[in-house]
Amino acid sequence: MTENQRPLLLQVSGITKAYPGVIANSDVSFAIGTGEVHALLGENGAGKSTLVKMIYGLVKPDSGTMTWRGAAYAPSEPRAARASGVAMVFQHFSLFEALNVAENVALGMENPPGMGALAAKIKEVSTAYGLPLDPARMVGDLSAGERQRVEIIRCLLQDPKLLIMDEPTSVLTPQEVEILFRTLRQLAAEGTSILYISHKLEEIRSLCDSATILRRGKVVGSCIPRDRTAREMAELMVGAVLTPPERGAKKDWGDDKPALEVIGLNATSPIAFGTSLKDISFAVNRGEILGIAGVAGNGQVELQLALSGEITSANGMVMAHGVAIGAHGPIDRREIGFVVAPEDRLGHAAAPDMSLVENAFLTGAVRQGLTQRGFVDWPATRAFADQIIQTYDVRTPGNHVAARALSGGNLQKFVIGRELLQSPDVIVINQPTWGVDAAAAAAIRQAILDRATAGAAIIVISQDLDELLELSDNFAVLNEGRLSPPRPVKGLSIDEIGLMMGGAHGAQAVAHV
Amino acid sequence: MMDFGGINPAILIASLMVASVPIMLAALGELVVEKSGVLNLGVEGMMIMGAICGFITAVKTGNPYLGFLGGAAGGAALSLIFAFLTQSLLANQVATGLALTMFGLGLSSLMGQGYNGIKPPLTGVVPFGPLRDIPGIGRMLFSHDWMVYFSIGVVAATWYVLKYTRTGLIIRAVGESHDAAHALGYKVNRIRLMCILFGGAMAGLGGAYISLIRVPQWTDGITAGAGWIALAIVVFASWKPLRVLIGAYLFGGITVLQLNLQAAGSAIPVEYLSMSPYLITILVLVIMSSGKGRTALNAPAALGQNFHASR
Repeated sequence: MTENQRPLLLQVSGITKAYPGVIANSDVSFAIGTGEVHALLGENGAGKSTLVKMIYGLVKPDSGTMTWRGAAYAPSEPRAARASGVAMVFQHFSLFEALNVAENVALGMENPPGMGALAAKIKEVSTAYGLPLDPARMVGDLSAGERQRVEIIRCLLQDPKLLIMDEPTSVLTPQEVEILFRTLRQLAAEGTSILYISHKLEEIRSLCDSATILRRGKVVGSCIPRDRTAREMAELMVGAVLTPPERGAKKDWGDDKPALEVIGLNATSPIAFGTSLKDISFAVNRGEILGIAGVAGNGQVELQLALSGEITSANGMVMAHGVAIGAHGPIDRREIGFVVAPEDRLGHAAAPDMSLVENAFLTGAVRQGLTQRGFVDWPATRAFADQIIQTYDVRTPGNHVAARALSGGNLQKFVIGRELLQSPDVIVINQPTWGVDAAAAAAIRQAILDRATAGAAIIVISQDLDELLELSDNFAVLNEGRLSPPRPVKGLSIDEIGLMMGGAHGAQAVAHV
Repeated sequence: MMDFGGINPAILIASLMVASVPIMLAALGELVVEKSGVLNLGVEGMMIMGAICGFITAVKTGNPYLGFLGGAAGGAALSLIFAFLTQSLLANQVATGLALTMFGLGLSSLMGQGYNGIKPPLTGVVPFGPLRDIPGIGRMLFSHDWMVYFSIGVVAATWYVLKYTRTGLIIRAVGESHDAAHALGYKVNRIRLMCILFGGAMAGLGGAYISLIRVPQWTDGITAGAGWIALAIVVFASWKPLRVLIGAYLFGGITVLQLNLQAAGSAIPVEYLSMSPYLITILVLVIMSSGKGRTALNAPAALGQNFHASR
């Protein structure tokens, strides 16, 4: 089927939207036909999210027009967009953790039926699309995949003509992605158009009929994804030729004990709705990278806390070069060469309202010797901050800028650079490239590989499977607080990994039907 | 009737029902405000504004019922300042709330010049007829003014609205995650504004009850910390309306009991007795929050955070 055969559903012409200091969209035009799966491709900050927010009525364009089935379309608010038949599944889930599934669905509907009737409807629709859901469960207790189902069901109950999906697969296991795609294909076959935003190119090749590519707010091209390679599309997105990261030569460090060994680690989660760690064991030698995969909320944050010393355990559960350190807190661990870069950039890795210099001090004080008789050594701290900024190409007006003011990718380079520069022995990084664009992600991955070459033992916790397979020597999966035995990455197939992840939570059975 | 150390239990219960009305109303209002994700620490200020505005209205018109309306309006008017500062200008909620209390205490004192020592018009008792004459129970339950029954009715109504209606669901959603609510197209700041006004009106009603019925006259600082107790009761009740009823009766009961003990000539010094409600407030809060984060789980997740729609 080609585009011409489909009746036109939505035509976007010459849309421009500027924010103070940045033009999010500039003269953007594209069209979606009925029943078409259309991809919006682009890096972070390319303007994809702003564009769909305008279609959904959350943001008003400065200029340009939209036509919906031949009539002018200018939704003043999401309610109006929903009334026309536009539904949206958000990138960062728009769900309420302390409310149950039915309440969450009701909030996204114009005229929800009574709670009893709605619960029945949710059950009916969710089973029809192979996405089983219990309407009475608290959303806070659901896995990422199940949460997304709630969002999708919420949209489906509105009987949408156009379904917008903003990076829907970033937190899903391969099996869950397969289920999602089947649902989407079924919807498209029933005549629902889908606007699909992602930067996962292989997915787009397998799912989408056509694609519009955005770069810095402008349309730079369109293509039929099936006819292009992922590499071609990536280079269109980035506007440059990409080089994959390289690993230096490995060498044998001749240690008799691993740099980090975790033995039967148990820890209770300090977080509401958190996952406790159960009997976790692994070892990492110098120069090795262990990749830990798993769907968010399966104990990743807890494992990172237990390794950083924010959660302490029995002393023998965490060993560094054969020395028991499980009961020691973060400062003790830093002293012997443990550094940790947490997932949450603003608030955990960095204090948002403090300057980069102050943030450099916060974790660098111990290893870089940034204090003198209890006072902050400001010249040395500034020098350290400048060194991070230069070495890791952090784009900032200066070291006095508040962490909050940096873009996500730049701040990520800063907080990871800050840890990598402290000549660490053991590095734990949670989500190194979450929400970071391709160029910055490549730089961060290269920096991690360089540290491994220099002899650090590295643990990378990530939800991005491709990233883990690219970086790691060994691969393990966290699932409900348990860690699978680590396996060498060489020779692992994507199916085996999917089975290791197993976190599809009951969806697996459906996937293998 | 039996007497315990000179205290008649029927009278004790009757008077605790009266004593708890102001804190119950104020706490219910604040509960709704906090459910929508706003922490307004200015309850004390809004109560005392309600007390003076209600008092002035009642004295000027000679009608106690108009007095209560005036009290509600006074509390709501002060809360409007809070709403403007925190929702439009995005001021810090804690600082603004504390300032609101200071401002309310000062302004009420100014407005109250010349009203000291005046008696307000009397608010009548609800005529229950023969029910009043049932021994014990009649005195306990059927001898009160209409505000006592109104406050109980408001507890039930708040519970029902928050739990079963779409309005309640939206209020809870806004307090849980304003970003998600905004993404779904709800007007976060407008919803919060409405809740803040409701909270102000309820605190004002509670304040007016103090100056029109409970005392009844006007003196500076007449609310004497009732607003703070109301704030504590919201946490004590872990944001559940029906527990506000229990909490308010508990604290009202302790207040009345210590007054009765004083009157009965208890051996414990008066100072200890009068500090007891506050001490018990602290104790209860400590016990509540030590219970393995259960309170934390029930607290609205966006409590105290300002919302500004960006991009």
